[in-house]
Amino acid sequence: MDFTFDTEQHALREAVAGLLQRAYDPEKRRAVTKDDPGFDEKVWSQLAEMGVLGLPFAEEDGGMGAGHAEVALVATEVGRVLAPEPFVEAVVLAGGLVADVGTAEQRAELLGPLSEGSSLLVFAHAEPGNRWTPTATGVTATRSGDGWTLSGVKEPVPSGARADVLVVSAAVDGGTGLFVVRGDAAGLTRDGYRSHDGTRAARVTLDGTPAELLGEDATDRTAAVELALARATVAYAHEAVGAMETALTTTSEYLKTRKQFGVPLSRFQALTFRAADMYVSLELVRSIALWATMVVDAPDSTPEQVLAAADRARLQTSKAGRHIGKEAIQLHGGIGVTAEYSVGHYTSRLTAIDHLLGDGAWAADRLARTVDAHPYVEALPA
Amino acid sequence: MQLHLSPEDQAFRDEMRTFFTTQISQSIRDDVAAHREVTKESYVEAQRILNAAGLAVPHWPAEWGGRDWTPLQRHIWREEMQLAAVPEPLAFNASMIGPVIAAFGNQEQKERFLPATANLDIWWCQGFSEPDAGSDLASLRTAAVRDGEDWVVNGQKTWTTLGQYADWIFCLVRTDPTAEKKQRGISLLVFPMDTPGVTLRPIELLDGGFEVNEVFFEDVRVPAENLIGEENRGWDYAKFLLGNERVGIARVGATKRMIADAKEHAAQISSGGRPLIEDPSMRTRITELENELLALELTALRVVSNSSDGKPNPASSVLKLRGSELQQAATELLVDIAGPLSLASFADDDATDVPEWARSTTPEYLNYRKVSIYGGSNEVQRTIIAGTILGL
Repeated sequence: MDFTFDTEQHALREAVAGLLQRAYDPEKRRAVTKDDPGFDEKVWSQLAEMGVLGLPFAEEDGGMGAGHAEVALVATEVGRVLAPEPFVEAVVLAGGLVADVGTAEQRAELLGPLSEGSSLLVFAHAEPGNRWTPTATGVTATRSGDGWTLSGVKEPVPSGARADVLVVSAAVDGGTGLFVVRGDAAGLTRDGYRSHDGTRAARVTLDGTPAELLGEDATDRTAAVELALARATVAYAHEAVGAMETALTTTSEYLKTRKQFGVPLSRFQALTFRAADMYVSLELVRSIALWATMVVDAPDSTPEQVLAAADRARLQTSKAGRHIGKEAIQLHGGIGVTAEYSVGHYTSRLTAIDHLLGDGAWAADRLARTVDAHPYVEALPA
Repeated sequence: MQLHLSPEDQAFRDEMRTFFTTQISQSIRDDVAAHREVTKESYVEAQRILNAAGLAVPHWPAEWGGRDWTPLQRHIWREEMQLAAVPEPLAFNASMIGPVIAAFGNQEQKERFLPATANLDIWWCQGFSEPDAGSDLASLRTAAVRDGEDWVVNGQKTWTTLGQYADWIFCLVRTDPTAEKKQRGISLLVFPMDTPGVTLRPIELLDGGFEVNEVFFEDVRVPAENLIGEENRGWDYAKFLLGNERVGIARVGATKRMIADAKEHAAQISSGGRPLIEDPSMRTRITELENELLALELTALRVVSNSSDGKPNPASSVLKLRGSELQQAATELLVDIAGPLSLASFADDDATDVPEWARSTTPEYLNYRKVSIYGGSNEVQRTIIAGTILGL
């Protein structure tokens, strides 16, 4: 077992950190997230030029052939400055599905442009009234000649209005299929809106919309969706760790500089002890996020192991994100609730991450089903 | 980044597991697993077997019995030992005074004490806390005054764990009452517990046991050669010692064993017409505890790999803080599983139908309140984290 990153990985981190920290301070982020599409197209292109948008894809598909350790490094830097670019959404989740399920042709056609930054790909999966399920019921797929049409509503779809191409999950005979829908397809209506964390989401209405089947067969893709959601969950854990780290350092700085009763707040043990507890939460979740990434990257991990690792990461991320997010605001006082100051936005994003793919209680419930199948949890597999 | 153990580390783990489960007698390991009081003879027997195999003091310098292991191997060693319910090498010897003598003692002291300390030929106890010096250890008042070739010690120590078994004590004493900073005037003396003027008074704890003591010193004469390191530098040695103490203090393996036991017991207890282990809230509770423990274990692995220079990492405070909380959470879980059976706590075997595990739960729970207090209370750890790490 080895938690350290190699030289190349450090270089990647430094390059991404440099780019994102130049691009975003709290003020610039506010300006960028004010207008659609809620992120900076230029930054997206720069990430593409760096190879970041193709990191996990095979080289023959137009990617960099890197692993999820590299994805984790990028996600952490995204979280550190709350970069609003949809890195996890597009690259890890939507791209990951295409890489897993798509034909060679589809992979080249969709992942190449995604990696180059010329085509934004997102996964339209959530349906109103369905809470964190890997299946689709509200959107149905019907065969139409050689192709397919989709009907129903997907919402909320992250960056759903801006996306150039959507991967859409839909009910097919015997399960959930995956389909590719072009942004300009007939019968596709997208109503975009702003989310509390500055990102954009959309209602995507499909009405006999022509779609291309992802992959060769119209078989049930629930397992592939679960796995892609699990990997995105692990990447989000790192994004959350980056955000928590900044929330804590911002809070520590504030305690040192803000004066009340004639002394800096850091003189009050009631406050410094709470900051210490935030540090404990941060280090614990960082450990489990790194471990989960190692499980994802290990060549012999089974899907069950990846899903369980993602749930473990999700459970810890949810707890730590709520703890650190809430305390960061409380230790700042009223300014923490204002939109003008940075720290509350970290709490807002952490809250969004917690609810995108399943929260801690949801993960705990899933893990609890097998709690008596092992005497204890092995951190170090043989 | 690499999840798996290397083949060498895998072989190392197998070797440790085999050794601990085959070379240490089953009855001793049963006592530890059942939370029975472990006798002095059992401690000594286990440590001597470990020492003969080079497994008692692997973290010491190689010339005194240490092994050239990686931090990961040390972790595996400790983890497997706890999982196998082997009594760990006595902390006062292996983690506390041994490393201090190895680092700061003179050659004569090393030769005199280290082999005997590793082999538990000398049983050490700790003379640190005093009635008026708990978390504020540096305010200690036990004084040593130089008189010819001796130091003359007067004062009182408390919370001296297993002092009733001890042959020797390592003791922080004030040797310069005029020092400007109270930390400056402290020295580290060692002397036999049967030196005239040393008396021991046991303290009964809530669990009915006697594991700690008060120790009184009245004109105890200690030869000058029993000073460890330099005069008035004792505080530095104490900090070094306590930092070492904290690294192993997460006790992940021991907590894992308690959780595994808890699941077994919860399967045997009926609640609401079904086994307690089938109760969803019980399953969630155990799941959450397991996840916290996994996060702690992984953090321990990260911390050990970052402190290869031998210096305690300030992040080890996280291990102490969280490790103690999770040990306590596991003992609390066991009491809750035992439910009303936990009331039979002090019943003799022939006077009760309640199984031994259930009887031991509350005494253990009460006893384990100590773990967030000793080794630097959790409030001290928060102070270290806030000050050293966050700069507050």
